[in-house]
Amino acid sequence: MSHPSQSSYNKSQLTRSRTRDAWLFLLPTLVVLSLVAGWPLLRTIWFSFTDASLSSLEATQFVGIDNFMYLLDDATWRQSFKNTLFFAVISVSLETVLGLLIALVLNAHFKGRGWLRTAVLIPWAIPTIVSAKMWGWILHDVYGVLNEILLFFHIIKEPLAWAASPDLAMASVILVDVWKTTPFMALLLLAGLQLLPQECFEAARVDGIHPLRVFWRVTLPLLKPSITVAVIFRTLDALRVFDLIYVLTSGSLETISMSVYARQQLFDFQNVGIGSAAATLLFFIISLATIGFIMAGGLKQDGR
Amino acid sequence: MRSKLYKPSLYFFSFLIMVVCVFPFYWAIVSSLKTGSDLFKVEFIPNTIALSNFIEIFKEQPFGRNILNSVFVAVGTVSISLLLAVSAAYALGRVRFRGRSALLLSILSISMFPQVAILSGMFELIRTLNLYDNLLGLVFSYMTFTLPFTTWILTTFMKQLPREIEEAAIMDGASTFTICTKIFLPLLWPALVTTGLLAFIAAWNEFLYALTFTVESQSRTVPVAIALMTGASEFELPWGKIMAASVVVTLPLIVLVLIFQRQIVSGLTAGAVKG
Repeated sequence: MSHPSQSSYNKSQLTRSRTRDAWLFLLPTLVVLSLVAGWPLLRTIWFSFTDASLSSLEATQFVGIDNFMYLLDDATWRQSFKNTLFFAVISVSLETVLGLLIALVLNAHFKGRGWLRTAVLIPWAIPTIVSAKMWGWILHDVYGVLNEILLFFHIIKEPLAWAASPDLAMASVILVDVWKTTPFMALLLLAGLQLLPQECFEAARVDGIHPLRVFWRVTLPLLKPSITVAVIFRTLDALRVFDLIYVLTSGSLETISMSVYARQQLFDFQNVGIGSAAATLLFFIISLATIGFIMAGGLKQDGR
Repeated sequence: MRSKLYKPSLYFFSFLIMVVCVFPFYWAIVSSLKTGSDLFKVEFIPNTIALSNFIEIFKEQPFGRNILNSVFVAVGTVSISLLLAVSAAYALGRVRFRGRSALLLSILSISMFPQVAILSGMFELIRTLNLYDNLLGLVFSYMTFTLPFTTWILTTFMKQLPREIEEAAIMDGASTFTICTKIFLPLLWPALVTTGLLAFIAAWNEFLYALTFTVESQSRTVPVAIALMTGASEFELPWGKIMAASVVVTLPLIVLVLIFQRQIVSGLTAGAVKG
């Protein structure tokens, strides 16, 4: 440019007007998000310090931390806390291992790979409610097809009650969740696999290194960032589980999750104060988990 | 170096994965075609095909109405969130300004919100706005999860578009609005299809808000209608009809997935892997 000062003046003015436009373009989204997410969140936190009930949301009194004290004492809340953690840890671990296996199969070259990828998308696309009902029928204690199959192969001696039995209810919930969400995990990990530099594998193959060794020494370390992100997403998702448990086991004590507990207090027992306190605690647990993950260096902050 | 067992075991695993993924849905189809005592016999291929379950869900229950409700809510949610998200994604993806990454991070964290965390606040808000038991209330509350993630995914797509085209337009003195609608929107079509589909599926499948903010069976969406289907008595669930309803609502989704496989996979991975 022949006039450097002129051009830099233009540039800074341009930047300023672009920044102004950017905020203008962001405004509608920010307004809507504060209205539908920010405000209700603040109200929920406020309710958790009051004695609000469903019939009289307006006439509420501040009760300090009474609701939280109630939760600490409540055996059902403690159970829901344990259940949720157990569910999240076990199902996400299983989904990671199985998802990785499926991703490796999908990444191999063979005929019919496209079909397999389509099949894998089916559990993901099915609504959670529908998969809960479908599996409820498959796991039915009397007419369920799973019992029939297991009996046929002599794996079990008599029909099991699955979702209806206290011992197997949580296992059933985990089974259905693993079936439904492993494909999502597999697709994320597959995308990660496809980004890996092919030269490493080529070199390892030429050197005649055993495939299992390649997997442990090359694939797994290189794939670690993708695995971390997928595990974070799934864990945060699993901690708020509601639909599956509400429908498959009707929120029985063995499977009740924190989300199911909170909704039960809010709408079945009409204790908005206690329900909101439970919801607030869940919100803080998930926030803590998120912050923990970010601190551990899982998420990149620049949002590349 | 590959052992002779490599190919056979690959095919065996693929077959196993396929059966496990597809069988439950296949079983739902088979069960939906059986009535009476046939339903309680285990036959992997039905001997007789009865359509009465399908007819009954539309006759005895407002299931047709429920489907229309779901379509209305999902389409409404997707249109509004795409409209807002495109404009936000332009700002977040193309303009560098202070506080941008903090904003992006907070938008991402809203999509990680447990839905139940805002349930009582949202209930109060919806009653205040007179949207209780109203489909518009569902569209309104669904913004909490569709808007953050459409914004997030569209922002990642926006960032990938080349700089030059925009610079040329700025040189020509085009306004930001023109740049957005005339230059980016046409280039973003594939991303919009992907994002719209994901948002559509999320809204179509949503359960907690739909269960909480509607009462009448006329205003229910499909997931709630299926979850609350009861038979003659509380202990006797009409499994045949539940399976029929499940098949009816899932088939369109599966067709969508078959057609738009590639876009869906790219959208899912853009949302997560690049985060």
